[in-house]
Amino acid sequence: MNKNDVGILIVDDELIVRDSLTKWFREDGFRTDSADCAASALRKLQISSWDIALVDIKMPGMDGIELLQRIKEHKKEMIIIIITAFASVDTAVKALKEGAYDYVTKPIDPDYLDHLIAKALNERSLVRENLRLRDAVSELSEKDEIIGESAETQHVLEMVQTVAPTDTTVMIRGESGTGKELIARAIHTHSKRKYFPIVTVNCGALTESLLESELFGHEKGAFTGAQYRRKGKVELADCGTLFLDEVGNISMKTQMDLLRVIETKQFMRVGGSEIIHSDFRVICATNRDLEAAVKDGSFREDLYFRLNVFAIPLPPLRARRGDIAKLAHYFLDKYAKQMGRAKHGFSPDAMHTLKAYDWPGNVRELENAIERAMVVSKSGAIEKEDLPVQVHAAMQPNGKRLEDIERKYIETVLRETGWNISRSAHVLDIDRVTLYHKIEKFGLKRNQ
Amino acid sequence: MSTIQLLALSDAQNDLVQVLVEPLRETFQADVELAASPIDLTQFFDVKRGQFNSTAILHVIKNQLANRHRNLRFKTHATKVALGVTGADLFIPILTYVFGEAELNGSAAVVSYYRLQNERYALPANRTLLEQRLIKEAVHELGHVLGLLHCQSPECVMHSSSYVEDIDLKSSEFCRSCKTSLFPRRK
Ligand SMILES: [Zn+2]
Ligand SMILES: [Zn+2]
Repeated sequence: MNKNDVGILIVDDELIVRDSLTKWFREDGFRTDSADCAASALRKLQISSWDIALVDIKMPGMDGIELLQRIKEHKKEMIIIIITAFASVDTAVKALKEGAYDYVTKPIDPDYLDHLIAKALNERSLVRENLRLRDAVSELSEKDEIIGESAETQHVLEMVQTVAPTDTTVMIRGESGTGKELIARAIHTHSKRKYFPIVTVNCGALTESLLESELFGHEKGAFTGAQYRRKGKVELADCGTLFLDEVGNISMKTQMDLLRVIETKQFMRVGGSEIIHSDFRVICATNRDLEAAVKDGSFREDLYFRLNVFAIPLPPLRARRGDIAKLAHYFLDKYAKQMGRAKHGFSPDAMHTLKAYDWPGNVRELENAIERAMVVSKSGAIEKEDLPVQVHAAMQPNGKRLEDIERKYIETVLRETGWNISRSAHVLDIDRVTLYHKIEKFGLKRNQ
Repeated sequence: MSTIQLLALSDAQNDLVQVLVEPLRETFQADVELAASPIDLTQFFDVKRGQFNSTAILHVIKNQLANRHRNLRFKTHATKVALGVTGADLFIPILTYVFGEAELNGSAAVVSYYRLQNERYALPANRTLLEQRLIKEAVHELGHVLGLLHCQSPECVMHSSSYVEDIDLKSSEFCRSCKTSLFPRRK
């Protein structure tokens, strides 16, 4: 940002105020100067151009209000913020009528001051148009690259590219461990909101009241221990992206609150009365069958339609086996670096095993498996035996695949009950239809 | 900068200050000296506000560093900086609070972990989060000491955070562009 192009003039008779505010804005990258009285301020306004002035209302000689009037006569577009003590709020209201942009009371809340300046600049579009691409941003997108060359992954990436620059609400669907947060970050990073944060709320992990406070924040003293105001995630996501993970798991009441804030972009903190505006984009993710949830009444239909504007389904890892090798090498690299160990790739056997396994926990399970293998691996390369038991057991030729285990177990139970279907179903804790289904699937026969 | 003098101010928890040593050494490629500080914070307490004057503390840290150099006849003044760490609630007169303060392009900085603690916001204490926040703020203030201004990149440690949970949204590292201005000769 070329904040350097934005000039802020501080007008106050107190040296300590001038010094501290000058420093505050300088650290922020603004061009800053100060004046100790109105007359000096007017001189500085003649010499160079200033976009914003912070003016103390009470100064000896010409006071802040009079200075405000004088400036507004010539420079209507200038943003003037009045600084006042608590006692003189009435005067500040008068200042607003005279054309001041806003006023702040001493001492100023730094967070409020930052927002006030940002808001003023955004409204006057002094800054947004000046935002220039920095390599910092390209660095962001490089860092969490989505790995995979399979057609399925390429299709997902195309969808990310299509939807990212729009402000559309996105719903990411997929089993757990498929990398839904990674996709959300990629969308954010490629959107015009990339200069602002992406804020994640893990909706599934919190109770109703905690989630409410997490989303909307609370005021100082809203309940015991609330020594200071707390900003909620919705507020933190202002100008950025709000990522609602596991959105399928929230209570009816929170669904209602969420719907309202998504529609109005307004809310109140817990224990507060001030209406807060926040301009955020919504990306959400779920592994729940939301359509079924809508049907059975546990998920609001109106919220469902609000959220499900552009859906990105993420294929499970077993549906894109072509990516397994590349992902495995990526994680091997990552943990080799982290653990400071040399890496020597995978033995052919190990790679074969990785590619054949079904990965019910998807990419996350693969990552964990590689991390663990790195820890236990003694030889140069990762061997099949270094992989977690469930991964290489699935490959054993003597029939230890999960499906085989299931088949053998059902066979045994059937034999022991003398093929009494009801009793077997009871022992297996499945219904009879499912049992018939399995008998058919495994081709089991009575006199085997 | 070749040495960072890490000062545990009178009230600071030593184990929290200790947490900073490695990350600072790593980030700035500098020696980190841990030292107890004889600075008595009570003189900076503002009774009316119930807080401690950060600007005044910063001055004392800076002067002490300069004096020590004079005593030891060091000529390497510019290569040594000091960072004071405190658990006291800091303010600068015009603002309600600050997490820290630095002498821009200078030699001293101070950070406080008082408002970095979850308990102040009615949340359960979280030691890991507190340590991460303190590391980020320490790196941030030292970044100012080395002349860096606030950075637009949301993940850069020099991104401005005037509110505690803003800190959680950024990383403890400099973005590429800030790194380049810090270490121009390196890649
Ligand atoms: Zn700063
Ligand atoms: Zn930066």
